[in-house]
Amino acid sequence: MASSSSSLPSMEFDFDEKPHVLAVDDSLIDRKVIERLLINSTCRVTTAENGKRALEYLGLADGQHPSHSDLKVNMIITDYSMPGMTGYELLKRIKESPTMKEIPVVVVSSENIPTRINQCMEGGAQEFLLKPLQLSDATKLRCHIKKLNN
Amino acid sequence: MEVGQMQRAWVEYTKSLFREGFLDAQFQQLQLLQDESNPDFVAEVVSLFFEDSERLLTDLTSALEQQNIDFKKVDAHVHQFKGSSSSIGALRVKNDCIAFRNFCEEQNIEGCLRCLQQLKQDYYLVKSKLEALIRLEQQIVAACGTIPMEELSS
Repeated sequence: MASSSSSLPSMEFDFDEKPHVLAVDDSLIDRKVIERLLINSTCRVTTAENGKRALEYLGLADGQHPSHSDLKVNMIITDYSMPGMTGYELLKRIKESPTMKEIPVVVVSSENIPTRINQCMEGGAQEFLLKPLQLSDATKLRCHIKKLNN
Repeated sequence: MEVGQMQRAWVEYTKSLFREGFLDAQFQQLQLLQDESNPDFVAEVVSLFFEDSERLLTDLTSALEQQNIDFKKVDAHVHQFKGSSSSIGALRVKNDCIAFRNFCEEQNIEGCLRCLQQLKQDYYLVKSKLEALIRLEQQIVAACGTIPMEELSS
């Protein structure tokens, strides 16, 4: 199950040390693509189809007790436009949580709207990226995670 | 056809799809994500796109047949279609969606109906081309060949 480090010459992580990214998007196609992008950049990926599911996973949903001290998430990537809860609303909920607020959150959107970008950056987003994501974006994110964890 | 011929056919066919504007660089990004450990990645994503698209086309047709058209709903469907076609690199379809959204905003029924026709046409066209491309890839792999991705940049 764990990949041996000898097959990844430039990386020092074994399976458990691979950065864990939570990817949130209501589009199944986009979830598949982002998952592959991140796995190819040696991340472990969990996907969620909307904000509610993401919060449940993080232990932040209404009625849950935020005691997931063993849950390790190194980065959250969320689509902006989602039904129910937007990526911005999800971002705010995460940043309000004493246990999860330190996790960098990246917002992605297919629309290049300056007010939207500002709103997310002011809301505490690590970065705002345009869809569709590309290999170069994943590499950039991977570097972010590495830097933030050192 | 022997493997070398199939590989050359694959290169020519792929290049033509880019040249004719059916696919854009995003499709190449998807191809680059595929490797020996995930040999079916592109086929899987393309298949999801087909399912998604056909559902959206049905919903759009139905939404535009209503007595009182809910343009917000129509726009939401087109927005989704634009997103998925963009993610997969289906350029013509994506551009059709962009034009479509403009007519939704204007609440222009004629414009919307024309766009839906164009969208269907371009979708079924790219669908048949992608199916042909994937079939060719599967034939190459079955003959123990590899897909010559690197030849696309020549």
